[in-house]
Amino acid sequence: MNIITIENISKVYKVGDTEVHALRDVSLTINKNEYVAIMGPSGSGKSTLMNMLGCLDTPSNGRYEFKNKNVSAMTDNELAAIRNREIGFVFQTFNLLSRSNALHNVELPLIYSGISGAERKDRARKALVDVGLEERIHHKPNELSGGQRQRVAIARALVTNPSIILADEPTGNLDSKTGEEIMILFNQIHQTGNTIILVTHEEYIAKHADRIIRLKDGYVHSDEKVLDRYIPTIN
Amino acid sequence: MISLSEIARISVTSLRANKLRTMLTILGITVGLFSIIVIMTIITMLQNSIESGFSSLNKNTFQIQKWENIRVGGPRRDRNRKDITLEDFEQFRGLLKQAKYVGAEQWQFGKVVRFGNKETNPNIQIAGATVDAMRTNNWNVDYGRDLREDDVQYSRNVCLLGNEIVVKLFGNINPIGQELNVDGHPLKVIGVIEQQPQLFGQSRDNYVVLPLSTFQSFYGRRSRSVNITVMSYSKEDYNDIIEASIGYMRTIRKVPPGEDNDFYVFSNESMITQVNDITSGIKIGAFVVSIIALLAAGVGIMNIMLVSVTERTKEIGIRKAVGAKKIDVLLQFLTEAVVLCIIGGTIGIVMGVGLGNLAGSLINAQPSIPYDWVAIGLSICVLVGLIFGTYPAYKAANLDPIEALRYE
Repeated sequence: MNIITIENISKVYKVGDTEVHALRDVSLTINKNEYVAIMGPSGSGKSTLMNMLGCLDTPSNGRYEFKNKNVSAMTDNELAAIRNREIGFVFQTFNLLSRSNALHNVELPLIYSGISGAERKDRARKALVDVGLEERIHHKPNELSGGQRQRVAIARALVTNPSIILADEPTGNLDSKTGEEIMILFNQIHQTGNTIILVTHEEYIAKHADRIIRLKDGYVHSDEKVLDRYIPTIN
Repeated sequence: MISLSEIARISVTSLRANKLRTMLTILGITVGLFSIIVIMTIITMLQNSIESGFSSLNKNTFQIQKWENIRVGGPRRDRNRKDITLEDFEQFRGLLKQAKYVGAEQWQFGKVVRFGNKETNPNIQIAGATVDAMRTNNWNVDYGRDLREDDVQYSRNVCLLGNEIVVKLFGNINPIGQELNVDGHPLKVIGVIEQQPQLFGQSRDNYVVLPLSTFQSFYGRRSRSVNITVMSYSKEDYNDIIEASIGYMRTIRKVPPGEDNDFYVFSNESMITQVNDITSGIKIGAFVVSIIALLAAGVGIMNIMLVSVTERTKEIGIRKAVGAKKIDVLLQFLTEAVVLCIIGGTIGIVMGVGLGNLAGSLINAQPSIPYDWVAIGLSICVLVGLIFGTYPAYKAANLDPIEALRYE
């Protein structure tokens, strides 16, 4: 089943008088329960594509359908609703609310879904247990290690049961051992039926996915299955 | 859109995270509200005290006198008013049949009363009164006997005393039948008058009442104008009797139609009107000062909210990324501004009411809270928050989520 269908989208920014073509004529589809890595050097347009896929941005031209809904024509509020219900973000810099504890950070998307009180707390607590943080529920981000912070962010991404998890360099700020633990977590999430889009510039991280899309100068350079997929294990 | 209680919770949480800044920001609002509430509290206390104080002068009573009790500003155009004479009064009493009591009185102030070798301070009020004036003034005899028509008719040298003079001069001696001395005139005490309620903590029992005719034989032409005091049978005919009295007085004093009265009608209502005239100026002044303070405070709040929006760009980005709509962010910051104003305003109101009552208690006024101004003050707070919070909130709501997330 198609979750994402992109047809000939392009994105043009104006920087002063010059036009910057961040994306040129990109088309792709992503199916349910795929684990896709998007790769490319800086300036290749992968951040722009990621923002577009995450409904943070809309294309200048072309068509973007998310579960058969035309995202390109949506208003800011409709985009916010899609982000809230359908997309779970995981960022390189975690992006947690520094003054709020882990539980409240995970509750945040549910607040904007209008889910109230007890149910919200229960779901947030369960999401934190799922990522192995039952001991750290009331800790604030500055009382948590990098890996733990990223787990909170992943719990926040999962708590709304979104259609896709969008991870932007999720291991970029972590040491390799902790990064590996996070990748094990992603693998588990994928195995429970979730769709994951992973943006990275590191080859070995991308190898965790089952499909790699490579961008170059705003074009799709290659889009192929990973034959030697790396399945992380706990050792 | 998320629920308002959720938004309020978010706002309060972020205000608590920045306690010092919050306190400094609300200071202006506190000062603005304090200044108006403290003044309104004191004025309300004064008004209540005056109203209850004068109502002891009997509800359905009014006076006709030559001049106003209190005058506000301006040279008097009515300098050449004729006195109200005893003859005027007699004529008036003959005409005004529908009133319960029609009395006349005159006053001398700052007199000394002597008994034996004791004397009072020179602060005693001497009243010349008719029998009806005893009733209209609510002077009821505690012990001894009341003033009688024949005391007035024969200008008897008798007097009734306020309680304070009895305490001062007689101590344990029974004053009835004793002879005392006012301005060289001997007077026989026939009765003592019940204590009067206090006004602003001042005793009103330091007076001597003599028959009006006796009073006039003592003080003669020096104070010829008499005050006419009238009491109606009921509240219902009070205003009719005032109207009728004005008509009779104009006839007696031959005031041509179209000209102003050459006398003044003093009732509890007219007294309150006069007090209101004086206090309304003070009220307007306090209001203007408060509005200026609140505008300045509002600009301060806007400034802090703008700083706060910039500081919390990342937070706004995160909230938007996980699904906050523009209206959610707008309401969050607007609520913060309004909550700031309400907290500041409430502190100002509490301080204003507290200090106002403290100041009022020094003059023994009745404690009170100016509820109308508390409501107006809080509304203004909310308004200031809305006006000065809207632009920062609008700015926050319209941040681009991508830019906001990238902000460090």
